[in-house]
Amino acid sequence: MQPRRSRRLTTEVAGLKLQNPTMLASGILGTTSDMLRRTAQSGAGAVVTKSVGLEPREGYPNPTVIEVECGLLNAVGLPNPGIHSFAEEIRSLEGLEVPLIVSVYGFSPEEYAEVAAVAVQAGADAVELNLSCPHVKGAGSDVGRNPKLISEVVKRVKDAVDKPVFAKLTPNASDIVELGEAAVEAGADALTAINTVRAMTIDVETARPILANKIGGLSGRAIKPIAVRCVYELYRVLDVPIIGCGGISSWRDAVEFILAGASAVQIGTAVASKGLDVFRLVAEGIESYLERKGYGSVKEIVGLSHRG
Amino acid sequence: MRIVEVKAVKDENPNVRTLFFADDLCSSAKAGQFVMVWIPGVDEIPLTLSSIGSQSMDGFSSVTVAEVGEATRALKSMETGELIGVRGPFGNHFETISRSGRALVVGGGIGMASLMPLIDRLTMEGVETTVLLGVKSRRDLLFTERLSELSSRGGINLLVTTEDGTYGAKGLVTELAENVISSERFEIIYSCGPEAMMHKIFKIAEEHRIPAQLSLERIIRCAIGICGSCVLGPYRVCKDGPIFTSDQLRTVRDFGKFKRGFDGRKTPI
Repeated sequence: MQPRRSRRLTTEVAGLKLQNPTMLASGILGTTSDMLRRTAQSGAGAVVTKSVGLEPREGYPNPTVIEVECGLLNAVGLPNPGIHSFAEEIRSLEGLEVPLIVSVYGFSPEEYAEVAAVAVQAGADAVELNLSCPHVKGAGSDVGRNPKLISEVVKRVKDAVDKPVFAKLTPNASDIVELGEAAVEAGADALTAINTVRAMTIDVETARPILANKIGGLSGRAIKPIAVRCVYELYRVLDVPIIGCGGISSWRDAVEFILAGASAVQIGTAVASKGLDVFRLVAEGIESYLERKGYGSVKEIVGLSHRG
Repeated sequence: MRIVEVKAVKDENPNVRTLFFADDLCSSAKAGQFVMVWIPGVDEIPLTLSSIGSQSMDGFSSVTVAEVGEATRALKSMETGELIGVRGPFGNHFETISRSGRALVVGGGIGMASLMPLIDRLTMEGVETTVLLGVKSRRDLLFTERLSELSSRGGINLLVTTEDGTYGAKGLVTELAENVISSERFEIIYSCGPEAMMHKIFKIAEEHRIPAQLSLERIIRCAIGICGSCVLGPYRVCKDGPIFTSDQLRTVRDFGKFKRGFDGRKTPI
């Protein structure tokens, strides 16, 4: 069921028009056009695909996803069919009622640019650079912890595409603001914060790490305060729109991110507990909040917690 | 994830072993639901529960594994006292019909595992049930004792086919199903087995306008409906399935034709 359209909820991120500020986070369900369409129809204001690279990748053996206290731990290993195969899925989403953002990763700045170019050519409304996957060597946060590499990747991609470029940042660095600054100076149109937090879990009965990759990324409830802090710090010094991500499962979580400085929010892990209705429920909750507090638009409360 | 001890094992045939364990959540599972079984240090694989604690005499639940690769070989070689990890039960379940109806259950090979708790349920509820089991050869028969006990008690009408004719009727279980469906009236057809087989069963059911519930399989990673590995059309096999109705499958173009590999690319079935 589509949420009822509301002028209060419409917003804009780097030129993309969103009917409501909720987005499907990358890595969740975004593997096929059918699932992306179903997610859009369930009420997401925009959808982000699972990260795609140049070549097909099988990812890691199981266990790849495991529930832990207050969250979800994963090391799936960026499985994807490669951009040339995935371009088919993008093309078959022509006419999708919400913006389609393709998440892109690479093992070099050139690869990021090549993948982004094919994605945009196939019909992506924007690309989100995965500079933050914590568990694949040579890609993701191996690139995204290094401001110089971030800058190179963003520049290359900006040169290769004429659509908005989002940079998704890792919290697994000493200073996320430094990473955000590098991306923005290189031309990023928006920042997504944050990807998962490096973490692991060990089974005490068998004395073994549970994830096949041993170390993975933590998402969900446990990381929300970290993510809110990251958004808050980025908003304080940078002028581009920020998309908040990390542990959002209710309208209250979403509003917290928006007050910290997020123009939109991404939801992922909560799809497991709340189902695909979560987008509609969060959007409706934000609307009730705005109405109750007397705001005419969600844009009025972006970064409101920063006031003196 | 819960770590459980293997309490007993039973070799169904030279290639298939059932592992029994005690677990509260699995005990209250419903027929057709699956668990993710962790073989420490090796892999984690989806397996439908082949018995459910609350329905079995000793209170144990079980999974039944056929050796097809590294993970299943490791699991099949597990002995009493060894430890496995269990997540779940996950997914939806078979819906049973009222006792006035007649049910047809069609199992192909190891697919019979997910149908066993359903057969238990149907007989417990007094539904008149015909079970068709198809295997390649006599040595591939499985759940022989459980099925023949139900059959001798009059709980089910059991018919077996082998492709080489070494036991029961010679031929494919789909051929037998077609004959049975043409000559008797069923309110519902349940099936689990190779997808090509189930696709045929689905077609036969459609021709005779009988609703079917089929248990499908895809690559499963998270099992909680978020990773997108097991998608089939607009459905997630792990969350919206693994049991699908004919109403749902009628519009799924890939059913019986394509599955997705670990990298998400489509390959023919």
